[in-house]
Amino acid sequence: MTFFIEVTLSGLMAGVMYSLVALGFVLIFKASGIFNFAQGVMALFAALTLVGFMDEFGMPIWLAIIGTIAVMIALAWVIERVMLRHLVNQEPIILFMATIGLAYVLEGLGDILWGSDVKMLDIGIPQGASDWMLDTFDIYIEKLEIFAAATAATLVIFLAIFFQKTRIGRALRAVADDHQAALSVGISLHTIWVIVWSVSGIVALVAGIMWGSKSGVQFSLSLIALKALPVLILGGFTSVPGAIIGGMIIGVGEKLAEVYLGPFVGGALENWFAYMLALAFLLFRPQGLFGERIIERV
Amino acid sequence: MSERQLGDTILEVNNIGLSFGVMKVLDDISFDIKKGEIRSIIGPNGAGKSSMLNVINGFYHPQEGTITFKGETRKAMAPHVAASHGIARTFQNIALFKGMSTLDNIMTGRNLKMKTNIFWQALHLGPARKEELENREAAERIIDFLDIQAIRKKPVGKLPYGLQKRVELGRALAAEPELLLLDEPMAGMNSEEKEDMSRFIIDVNDEFGTTIALIEHDMGVVMDLSDRVVVLDYGKQLADGVPDEVRANQEVIDAYLGVPHE
Amino acid sequence: MIYRETGQFKANYADDQALFPIAQDRYVVIAALIVAFGVVPMVLNQYWLNAIMLPFLIYSLAALGLNILTGYCGQVSLGTGGFMAVGAFAVYKLMVAFPELGFIPLVILSGLITAAVGSLFGLPSLRIKGFYLAVATLASQFFLIWLFNKVGWFFNYNATGMITSPPMTMFGVIITGPEGSPMAKYFLVATIVAVFALVAKNIARGRIGRNWMAIRDMDIAAELIGVRPLIAKLSAFAVSSFYIGMAGALYFAVWLGSAEPTEAFDINQSFLVLFMIIIGGLGSVLGSFLGAGFLVLMPILLKNILVDGFGTDSALAAHIEIMTVGALIIIFLIVEPHGLARLWRIAKEKLRLWPFPY
Repeated sequence: MTFFIEVTLSGLMAGVMYSLVALGFVLIFKASGIFNFAQGVMALFAALTLVGFMDEFGMPIWLAIIGTIAVMIALAWVIERVMLRHLVNQEPIILFMATIGLAYVLEGLGDILWGSDVKMLDIGIPQGASDWMLDTFDIYIEKLEIFAAATAATLVIFLAIFFQKTRIGRALRAVADDHQAALSVGISLHTIWVIVWSVSGIVALVAGIMWGSKSGVQFSLSLIALKALPVLILGGFTSVPGAIIGGMIIGVGEKLAEVYLGPFVGGALENWFAYMLALAFLLFRPQGLFGERIIERV
Repeated sequence: MSERQLGDTILEVNNIGLSFGVMKVLDDISFDIKKGEIRSIIGPNGAGKSSMLNVINGFYHPQEGTITFKGETRKAMAPHVAASHGIARTFQNIALFKGMSTLDNIMTGRNLKMKTNIFWQALHLGPARKEELENREAAERIIDFLDIQAIRKKPVGKLPYGLQKRVELGRALAAEPELLLLDEPMAGMNSEEKEDMSRFIIDVNDEFGTTIALIEHDMGVVMDLSDRVVVLDYGKQLADGVPDEVRANQEVIDAYLGVPHE
Repeated sequence: MIYRETGQFKANYADDQALFPIAQDRYVVIAALIVAFGVVPMVLNQYWLNAIMLPFLIYSLAALGLNILTGYCGQVSLGTGGFMAVGAFAVYKLMVAFPELGFIPLVILSGLITAAVGSLFGLPSLRIKGFYLAVATLASQFFLIWLFNKVGWFFNYNATGMITSPPMTMFGVIITGPEGSPMAKYFLVATIVAVFALVAKNIARGRIGRNWMAIRDMDIAAELIGVRPLIAKLSAFAVSSFYIGMAGALYFAVWLGSAEPTEAFDINQSFLVLFMIIIGGLGSVLGSFLGAGFLVLMPILLKNILVDGFGTDSALAAHIEIMTVGALIIIFLIVEPHGLARLWRIAKEKLRLWPFPY
């Protein structure tokens, strides 16, 4: 039983990590209807930049983080200027493919700027097993994972306040509901896009820090981030709680499958289990757990 | 026009009820359409007219009532059943295949007339070629009828609005339907274009004997063209009868015709 | 020779529906075939045939396949790599089990097997659309690659997990694996690609192709005029996978000679082929070739310029290549979403009216 709980908990924690990436997707999708395939690479890019600032320029952690945030905001601005602005009236699927292109650009750029070798990222997040959990419940959990979960929770609360209480946040929600209406009351779509891409750039940085601290900053990070896609399908593209809960379901599901099913089929189920789970789910509820059902009209 | 001799009933809807969640879109609607007639469905915006057409050709499945088409009674139609049994339609907001040419759109309208399998099509020889040519001729007859020869090979997405409406009518006609559903074929047209479209509708009805169910907002057009009119308001049926009756109906006048919008 | 259709009158619909109704187009295609089968093998050396022409043709076939699904039927798939793997492993198993059938029938058979697998993974497309479907196709990509890695039967239980193409001959010449002659390989692949390009064009311009495009442009309207979404979408998945499967079979058996699933057929293959049809032109047979040619040549060219020309470090050159590909995708989507094929068509339109554009 302890083993089962351990597996479940570690799945939950891994799920939180997926949620962090999925969160960035949801933000952009909600505000602009763009499915940003590059979100994972943005996390990689942010982590690379952070490591680069710390290692190559010797910046202290806080300065490096601020610097990286500045870079992500600048990046959002460039993306809006160079790409989004020119694709405004295109079909969603064209925009989707453009973000695949963006993923390649960022991947290449990150490697050119900071090199493609695996880097360690240590910003002082506690590592190793949590002694307290081990002593009290006899359960093994990484401190890092607890930290990640706490960070995710903080981030969600922070975003909720941002969307509910601030003027910009409310404007963002207005745009999400109706582009035309938002334009007609004088909200600039361009500004909104820069803001929302900046915010999800910062979310990407948080995700990048967590993943990077866990397994080093390397290219495979952007592949792990692909796992956020089934999370989105499960949670619905427009729902922040959906992203969190979807992430946890995927995380737990794939850990349990790996541990209990893996031995029978030769392991490495984690490669595809999340996608299959999402696929099966789609067949029964195409709009996701928290998505809105669409009534088609002609 | 209402003096015309009408044929047997081709379609009958009985006590149709349709709702989305708590919203009742259609409530206890019953009327029939007789062979060869032009039947109009009118009503203010949101009355449920398009939903009614969607029920007839199987896109929406009503929770209550029955649909009897050509003697067969069903709870609901399926789109492909409706299409293969001779119901075609046009759409309120043009639903053409934008990336395809006028000719290809009309040819697609004939897809149910074409049967050759993929292997002959891959070779484009023998039966596939013969079938393609036969259907091309039929498509060309429609193109001539609608006078759209000049835009035959043009992608429809770039055509002006009026022409798109015409191509859409062509695509529906291509299926050689027995019952043609027209959802606001004249919306957004100027009076000249409206006259053209009215002429096409009358010709289709006269020459091909096609039964037509028409949704239209222009009352002049409706009263001139229709044999009979059914009036909907907020999903309820207000009246059903020949244009003169409907025009005289006090409820209809209140709900729709007479009372000015506030 | 000026591109002009004046004076070419069509007296019947058969002529008007010919593959290339305009005479000059016919000449261009005939010239291309003469170049492909006459000039190229004479002029190009073994390196060119092996390193450029073979991958170009094989990727063209894969791009044709994906274009049928994505360009014509509007269903975006990120599972191309996985389906190529199905073709590769199918042809491997068949070559080992039934070498007596001959190579071409085995390739076609592998295509058919892939078509079956592709239809299976196409089933979700009946309920889900757009990027939901794109994500769902990732399931096929990751699942198939995992399957070919884990289940020994597929690679005949050899220790490395690699599959190696046994040498097969046609007309007494070895055409598969590393011992094959590049010239023979080239003729074989060029023939298959030419034949199936014609087949694709034929299907695309007939009823089935029109139904695909109808689903792509307005699926609800298509359904209401009698196109069955089930049949249209699954047939697109089947035909598309058939092409991609054959491409995978040729990619492994003729070009690579040996393959290991995680490297040869990973998700980057899926992206690469998707990029080819975006750059080449969605919904265009010609575009599939242009896109494949562009993305096969571009990296080689870039590498030659950067590494040999400027002495750039080759790792850096690889990064620049990735960036360039990504940037090109964005540029194409912004400037010309219909790709190179559209540019070609515009050029032809201009030429038709030249020198009096009004």
